[in-house]
Amino acid sequence: MASIKLENVYKNFGKTTALKNLNIEIFNGEFFVLLGPTGAGKTTTLRIISGLEQPDRGKIFFDKEIMNDVQPAFRDTSYVFQQFSLYPHYSVYDNLAFPLRSPLRKEKKEVIDKKVTEIAKLLKIDSKLKNKATQLSGGEMQRVSLGRALVRNPNIYLMDEPLSSLDAKLREELRIELKKIQKDLNATILYVTHDHVEATTMADRIGVLKDGVLSQVGTPEEIYDNPNSIYVANRLGSPKINIFDLDKTKIPSKNKATHAGIRPEDISITNKGNYDVYIETVELLGAETVISFKSDNVNGMLLTQTSDTFEEGKKIKIALNNKKMLYFDNNGMRI
Amino acid sequence: MVDTSRSPTESSGFSRKLAALIIIIYAVVTLIPITWIILTGFKSVTSSITYPPEVFFEPSLEGYVNLFTTRTRQSQEYLEALPPPETWYEELVRSREMVIAGPSKFFGRYANSLIIGFGATFLSVFLGALAAYAFSRFKIPLKDDLMFFILSTRMFPPIAVAVPIFIMYRKIGLGDTHLGMIILYTVVNLSLAVWLLKGFMDEIPREYEEAAMIDGYTRMGAFFKIVLPQATTGIAATAIFCMIFSWNEYAFAVLLTQFNAQTAPPFIPTIIGEGGQDWSAIGAGTTLFLIPVMIFTVVLRKHLLRGITFGAVRK
Repeated sequence: MASIKLENVYKNFGKTTALKNLNIEIFNGEFFVLLGPTGAGKTTTLRIISGLEQPDRGKIFFDKEIMNDVQPAFRDTSYVFQQFSLYPHYSVYDNLAFPLRSPLRKEKKEVIDKKVTEIAKLLKIDSKLKNKATQLSGGEMQRVSLGRALVRNPNIYLMDEPLSSLDAKLREELRIELKKIQKDLNATILYVTHDHVEATTMADRIGVLKDGVLSQVGTPEEIYDNPNSIYVANRLGSPKINIFDLDKTKIPSKNKATHAGIRPEDISITNKGNYDVYIETVELLGAETVISFKSDNVNGMLLTQTSDTFEEGKKIKIALNNKKMLYFDNNGMRI
Repeated sequence: MVDTSRSPTESSGFSRKLAALIIIIYAVVTLIPITWIILTGFKSVTSSITYPPEVFFEPSLEGYVNLFTTRTRQSQEYLEALPPPETWYEELVRSREMVIAGPSKFFGRYANSLIIGFGATFLSVFLGALAAYAFSRFKIPLKDDLMFFILSTRMFPPIAVAVPIFIMYRKIGLGDTHLGMIILYTVVNLSLAVWLLKGFMDEIPREYEEAAMIDGYTRMGAFFKIVLPQATTGIAATAIFCMIFSWNEYAFAVLLTQFNAQTAPPFIPTIIGEGGQDWSAIGAGTTLFLIPVMIFTVVLRKHLLRGITFGAVRK
């Protein structure tokens, strides 16, 4: 295991900028999640670390060693692709054994056998070892793909939305499993996702990418409570944070703020509230209820745990928790 | 009640029967010359030139015996003085008032065909696969122009350059050699091989090689371990085309080979019997000549039929 550092990395594909002056440091044994929408440069970052792509400018360090000119094979990373790329002409066993049989490692047969069986058990694919890779369900394929990455101890595990193709239940299971494996192995993982739940549940630290620029890095709590921009604030939390245009509401402004953000759980329904709104829709999630509301010129959402029943179209009074209010300037940056 | 429970994509009984009929007619038409050649091989020399042609005849192995031997005609007295024939083919030859003088050159020519045919096929597919992979995966300056240039070698009949090649081969000592013929057929086949294989390589997702390279293999290792096995269909198709061309090639073989490296195609039609072409021997030679390429195609056909591997890459 190693720590990974990217220094001033730039990458363009033709006229599209994929990464712009990216600086990231991933500590040894850390679960680092890169969060961002499609096209933010997440996959490019992984490919540059693995060596599949060369940066236009900038340096890549594994521990203190510069890796720019090192071939992918010698960087000793393992990579779980978003499109799970099992070798279709091999059995599950051979797929898992493939990295161990490489000319770089050339493990003994018994060692391979032991490791493959171990990892197959861990990922619950031990009954499928003899199957052809093509005779598996999507979930099984992705587990084999994970297994092929986990079967060795590389400098870093790179994972590109490995759970995105799985159904919700399996995703949840593997999320927990993956976090556990990472703790047991004390593994360094760089995990790419656009799913904020995956990010907050697994990450030690999250890096939010926007158009090839790293917007903010921090623990999930820091990112959630203290986003440095509207963009970052929008990335975490479901339902999304409410962003109100201060010109259209009675919310008191601060400094030169043009927008204020408040998370749905920080809005409460109370008779002492100083804002009158109408209930638009009511969404019951079990323990919580999401209410979307509307006043003359703004829409918003709030989260409540009360078990009262709410009627659509009804007028209610709400209060905002001013301590949790976030202010942004007209560039969307936090004040 | 009429059972109408069939899927709309499934053809009806009538159209299926019609399709089968058309295929059978087509097969019969294409098979007539081949059948005739095979039958001719089992005719006696006299029966092979009878007019009108005999459809029913007494089968004879005379053609095959003539194919593999050279014979001399002898007088009745000479034949009677010989000890009785030891083998069935000696007996057959003597019944035509001849004795076996020795083996013919057919076996050697056949072996030449095998060496040159398989050699050129292997080389075309191997070099073609390497070039196709490079064209498919790397950023090569003037890539499209180069691909066009490669194909342009097929835009004139190869025989158009026969004279320069003949002179060139004589100067550098490649004339009438196995190596020379292998190189020549490889050159002719290569453009087809590159184009065909590039299409197949383009279909193989890059993720496979990328995964292999991260798993500790060089690009070359990934190519042999991952890409080639996935390109089996393309390789089989290309190999069949290359093999059929180099196996059947006649013009260059006539021009460039004579003794050492002569292949079967220029040899078979020159099998002369008494008073002209020995058609039953030619029929026999052609029948034997068909066999390797037929086996080759049948063996590779299963890779063709399997179609492009259903990959385990989610698109």
